Amino acid sequence: MNAPSPYALPVTESKAMRHIISILLENESGALSRVSGLFSARGYNIESLTVAPTEDPSLSRMTIVTTGSDDVIEQITKQLNKLVDVVKLVDLAEAPHIERELMLIKVRASGKEREEMKRMADIFRGRIIDVTEGTYTIELTGDGQKLDAFIEALDKASILETVRTGASGIARGERVLRV
Amino acid sequence: MSMKISGTEISGKATEMTGAEILVKCLAAEGVECVFGYPGGAVLFIYDELFKQDKVRHVLVRHEQAAAHAADAYSRASRKIGVCLVTSGPGVTNAVTGIATAYMDSVPMVILSGQVPTHAIGQDAFQEVDAVGITRPCVKHNFLVKDVRDLAVTIKKAFQIAQSGRPGPVLVDIPKDVTAARCAFQYPESVPLRSYNPVVKGHLGQIKKAMQLLVEAKRPMVYTGGGVILSDASELLIKLVKSLGYPCTNTLMGLGAFPATDRQFLGMLGMHGTYEANMAMQHCDVLLAVGARFDDRVIGNPAHFGQVPRKIIHIDVDPSSISKRVKVDVPIVGHVPDVLEELLKQVEPNLARVDRAALDAWWAQIELWRGRDCLRYDRASPIIKPQMVVEKLYELTKGDAFITSDVGQHQMWAAQFYKFDKPRRWINSGGLGTMGVGLPYAMGVQLANPGATVACVTGEASFMMCIQELSTCKQYRLPLKIVLLNNRYMGMVRQWQQFFHGNRYSQSYMDALPDFVKLAESFGHVGMRIEKPGDVEGALREAFARKNDLVFLDFLTDQTENVYPMVPGGKGLSEMILSEEL
Repeated sequence: MNAPSPYALPVTESKAMRHIISILLENESGALSRVSGLFSARGYNIESLTVAPTEDPSLSRMTIVTTGSDDVIEQITKQLNKLVDVVKLVDLAEAPHIERELMLIKVRASGKEREEMKRMADIFRGRIIDVTEGTYTIELTGDGQKLDAFIEALDKASILETVRTGASGIARGERVLRV
Repeated sequence: MSMKISGTEISGKATEMTGAEILVKCLAAEGVECVFGYPGGAVLFIYDELFKQDKVRHVLVRHEQAAAHAADAYSRASRKIGVCLVTSGPGVTNAVTGIATAYMDSVPMVILSGQVPTHAIGQDAFQEVDAVGITRPCVKHNFLVKDVRDLAVTIKKAFQIAQSGRPGPVLVDIPKDVTAARCAFQYPESVPLRSYNPVVKGHLGQIKKAMQLLVEAKRPMVYTGGGVILSDASELLIKLVKSLGYPCTNTLMGLGAFPATDRQFLGMLGMHGTYEANMAMQHCDVLLAVGARFDDRVIGNPAHFGQVPRKIIHIDVDPSSISKRVKVDVPIVGHVPDVLEELLKQVEPNLARVDRAALDAWWAQIELWRGRDCLRYDRASPIIKPQMVVEKLYELTKGDAFITSDVGQHQMWAAQFYKFDKPRRWINSGGLGTMGVGLPYAMGVQLANPGATVACVTGEASFMMCIQELSTCKQYRLPLKIVLLNNRYMGMVRQWQQFFHGNRYSQSYMDALPDFVKLAESFGHVGMRIEKPGDVEGALREAFARKNDLVFLDFLTDQTENVYPMVPGGKGLSEMILSEEL
């Protein structure tokens, strides 16, 4: 049979867009696995996921970057809301918001490369936070594109290691996500 | 746990009890009369407490899967909640099929599982399994109780979550040391959950819009699912449909919500729905969907369904069920009875606006479709036709029995030929399609409704999957009637192989079947084999006359009979295969 699978979602016109979903959830053991399990079970993408307790230790704040058509994003937010541990969520992409990601990058820095590397870090407003004879470790914050641009600007061979946290986001202006 | 219990501060004066005692007290406080379970190492303290009291009855099954199924059916067939109790490790893994079955059909249920002591968790201890991890995708929610002081609150939460909003199974995993530890006990009235507040009232503006669409419809259709049964909204639905005079269809899970003997009922819809129900569903211009979810077995290919323009109103308590497979025009999130009540208030003043001429024309079209008599079969056959057995069963029980089924052809025939006029009478596994549920379901139904007539329509392949429960039936003297439609095939698999796999009956023949009569007798029951159509009625009559016995009726039926109509997988609702076309 060439018929489409009866399990497939209807083909939608809207194309996949990047969304950044912020979630307040109970700071309980297993809450993270409920969220990540939901994404794998239903075949949704996760580009990045960050989570940490908030100023109220009974709550965690999670930021998920995902891509999907409008229909898929609608299902993702509905399914997340259904999880008993999820207190509140917002799709930050719906309104102006700020995104930041932290990267730690260890680069080769010896001889005349050393000065060049320092200058490059300055241009991107990075900070050198660890130094050895042959390496720098640079801390860089910004949105994902800025971090990508920094990596792009470096000589590939000089990169020893990168660690990225994934995006955290917050709405601009008066909008807040709280209980 | 940081949950605050408002107004139920645990007082210092409360007596200290063990976790096991607390657990049993909680069950009694919840009004639980019956627990289905199987003992084991991790739950010995709990079983010891059950032994010491007589408020909560324990029903010993022969396999934990049956405990979960029986508890599930206990919920489905009553307004009480089913509870099952299993030990750690294999106890809980055995129950998983039953939990997933309940989850797919949104059945409220609480599963209590034993766990190895807290200090042994993660040590690969004997009979240790990550119960919370294994069940996470097939429960509404689950808990691991690490401290006896959290036990009572957690049990309360479990019962609250299982029964509210879109219902579902909730598992509470309890380590053995927690059942032995002591603390003061007080059972909270309710536990507020800031992260869980299911919507009850529907949006009034949306309800008004819905009424507008409904009265302006030229070709209206009402399509309802399991949500109407689960929320006990059947009476309101009947009132609404009756006052509007519109046609109504039910899903497999929704049968009984609208009386099947009513003229306005078009039968079940979907893959094996009636011609008239599927055609009306496809060609209506306004569709009212209530507590149903447009799943693949109901509307077939959503793209094909979408080819006909129609306005859809969808009432459901679960927002994620709305606009999931089919785009909806008027979504109404809310508890079905509350929304229907609002709708009903607005019917009277708007009734005059219904276009009677258009409605009459629509009914004339529906009657033409109904005239196809899509469920007809060869009544003169010299071999027993399975449909005939169900028809006779319906006549003899006057449509008043509780019917459970397993999964496959017999399930579809039971759904098509037994006319359910009341909700909660038709108990089967719709979403997960779990073979083997029939017998444990019948046990749960009978224990929830002592004295009621309960029949299990089953197939030989399904029945063999939980056959050990015949022993449980003997122990608790459950006078079930087992109606086995024995075609020596996994009939539905065979049917698909006939239609779509060139008659290659790969592994679908049931070889080496037992002598079911002797087998029933060996368990202490009554067994009968029926081979001729002329003997069907007499055998059923005799079986139902035996009020106190479980009677196992082994009907040797036509091996090649198929279920019609049929919407092949991936096809559109109106692309049915009808019996005469083959």
